[in-house]
Amino acid sequence: MHVLFGILFYAAFLLLVVGLFVKIKQYAQTPAPLKIPTTPAPVTKLGVVWRMITEVVLFNSLWKSNKWIWIFGWLFHLALLLAFFRHLRYVVPSDWFIYPLINNWLVLTAGKYGGWIMLFGLTGLFGRRLLVDRVRYISSPSDFAMLLLIMSIAVTGVLVSFVFKDASAVIQLKAFVIGLITVNWQPVPDNGLIITHLSLVLTLMVIFPVSKLLHAPGVFFSPSRNQVDNPREQRHVAPWARKLESGN
Amino acid sequence: MADFETPELKEYSVIPKYKDGTMGHSRPFVSRAPFNEALGYPDELIDDWKEKAIEKMGELQSKYRSVQVYLDICVKCGACTDKCHYYLGTQDPKNMPVARQDLYRQVYRRYFTFAGKFFGKLGIPGFVGAKELDKEVLDDWYSYFHQCSECRRCSVYCPYGIDTAEITMAAREVLAVVGMGQKYSNEIIGKVFKIGNNLGLPEPALADTLEGLEEEVEEDTGVAVKFPLDVKGAEILLVTPSADFFAEPHVDGLIGYAKVFHEAEVSWTISSYASEAANFGMFIGSYENMRRVAMRIREAALELGVKRIVFGECGHAWRVAYSFLNTLAGPFDFLDPRYPVPQHICEFTNDLIKENKLKFDKSENDHMTLTFHDSCNVARASRMGSEPGGQLKIPREVIKAVCNNFYDMEPDTIGEGTYCCGGGGGILTDDLIEIRVKGAMPRMQALKHVVEENGVTHMAAICAICKSQFTKVLPYYGFTMDQIVSVHQLVSSALILTKGVKEEAATEENAAETG
Repeated sequence: MHVLFGILFYAAFLLLVVGLFVKIKQYAQTPAPLKIPTTPAPVTKLGVVWRMITEVVLFNSLWKSNKWIWIFGWLFHLALLLAFFRHLRYVVPSDWFIYPLINNWLVLTAGKYGGWIMLFGLTGLFGRRLLVDRVRYISSPSDFAMLLLIMSIAVTGVLVSFVFKDASAVIQLKAFVIGLITVNWQPVPDNGLIITHLSLVLTLMVIFPVSKLLHAPGVFFSPSRNQVDNPREQRHVAPWARKLESGN
Repeated sequence: MADFETPELKEYSVIPKYKDGTMGHSRPFVSRAPFNEALGYPDELIDDWKEKAIEKMGELQSKYRSVQVYLDICVKCGACTDKCHYYLGTQDPKNMPVARQDLYRQVYRRYFTFAGKFFGKLGIPGFVGAKELDKEVLDDWYSYFHQCSECRRCSVYCPYGIDTAEITMAAREVLAVVGMGQKYSNEIIGKVFKIGNNLGLPEPALADTLEGLEEEVEEDTGVAVKFPLDVKGAEILLVTPSADFFAEPHVDGLIGYAKVFHEAEVSWTISSYASEAANFGMFIGSYENMRRVAMRIREAALELGVKRIVFGECGHAWRVAYSFLNTLAGPFDFLDPRYPVPQHICEFTNDLIKENKLKFDKSENDHMTLTFHDSCNVARASRMGSEPGGQLKIPREVIKAVCNNFYDMEPDTIGEGTYCCGGGGGILTDDLIEIRVKGAMPRMQALKHVVEENGVTHMAAICAICKSQFTKVLPYYGFTMDQIVSVHQLVSSALILTKGVKEEAATEENAAETG
């Protein structure tokens, strides 16, 4: 069992990393031949950094657009972050100096209740997809499936944290994860919920680089958001466009 | 008035429920010979259109980061679904920005992504929103990518800034390459290549028109305001949409620019070779054609030996001028480095106003109460002045300097959230009148509010397309066609001419004859 799981984990991790690398490389290397920031736009690089921060941290444009999607979407992503911090204790060895920064009441509690926030946000997003006619129209089955997948991850997580607590399985989990990292494979935790939780996360990792989840790295490459508004001051020419010039 | 119903204007805006296929019948005329040859496109649908289309899609993804990233990262959150004026005016779900993009994205997913290929092989591509490219899809593209004015309103509200205009341009380019280009745009680009402007106005006709304007203005004001054509060594090259040469209210704007140049005592000229500001190359998404049109301006500037380039009132043109001209036809190191290249006429006029160089009698415009329609591509794809948002501020400052009565429309219908006039981006053609009228609904609704609440009588704009579009669609909504005015028409009415009055007029006339 743990061999199978170990191999699956390595494979999923490899797919995630390689897949993301390939896509990010593609985004970075594809030229943006024209200046197309959505204006009014910052006129300096620093301004663009600030614009990006307000987009990524506060979902600024979404706030302007639709308060309901903003509430559900922003809370969901906030909860993801909280859950991420809570889960760090499984991958960081207990004797590392940063361990106390991760394994403390604040991080663990925030992460724990983050699960509920996540479910709230996801339920809201799912509800909109189902009930708002326009959003239903634009949804594919995979859009629902992806929400259900993440909801299932959240539900299994919340169940382990709140209902079927299993301290020994949690210790086993840490040993299992550290074992994967150090290539010293340990048994899979003896807990059906945790195994389900892990399997779902594996699925998510595999889906990530071949789905709309690419919005996470992609937003940083969006020309309408990451370009400086200075076309008159600075000439901007893509390599393939420069070739046209020599032909002229 | 037509075989469709004009949307009803409501007291407050409501997000309508969608109704399938209300605009599926809307199709502009397909471009046929002889309009395609000059642009390098086939005259009818080629036999291997499917392979060619997919090949072109791949090429565009590799050339445009916007296309590649936007096709991948949309999460279908729905934020844009109620933002397009064409959706609000037609209720056709394929006019929701994301649904419009999906017409293209579904094909991208099927042929270019693992998920689409995988589920395609399983026989259920629809599970991941993928779809085979067939004639029905291509027809949908033709129909709905000609119901987008490339106005970028969706991109303001998208959490990732996804701009449907980029996808529309890509789709139109693919369509053109397989022989399904749009007649309106292709014919016009051909005229620019052949004659120099969208209207196909040749040099003698242009000279005649400008001479007529000189006479008219002199009769009106007693001052010999010049409208120079092809004057070598002039300081400024004015590039303006060709509608400014005769259409109403555009031409009143042109008279305004001429009066401002006159008062600034700066020499200027129009070029018969580059007598067009608009660049329809952008509408059809063709970098090459856009560049060829833009190069004419560079060539004219070099040929005439001017020091500065100033653009007249035009929306998409100002986008190409401000955002792309330096890229397409630069560098402009042969021009006077003290001025931005190019400059907008509103920047030019506003600078003079700030320097107290223009005298106005604002009461000349007292018979009007004004509002200002931000043209989509000026507001969301360009700038004026040195500060972000100058493109929203400067035209208003100019209007307020020459008019006493001004009220803005509802905040979410102007500025960066402005509603397109409904006729931009290659839609301004009679074969698309239904979508034009329906797409104007959100703007008409906002206008109706200020008409009723603030007694607004006229709406000013700085775009040739907006002006033509409103002239046509205002009557559908119970307004009159003359309620749309040019900003420089207002400047023209209020400007007090102080230079070259009476005795000086004679010498200027002599100068013009030798010029």
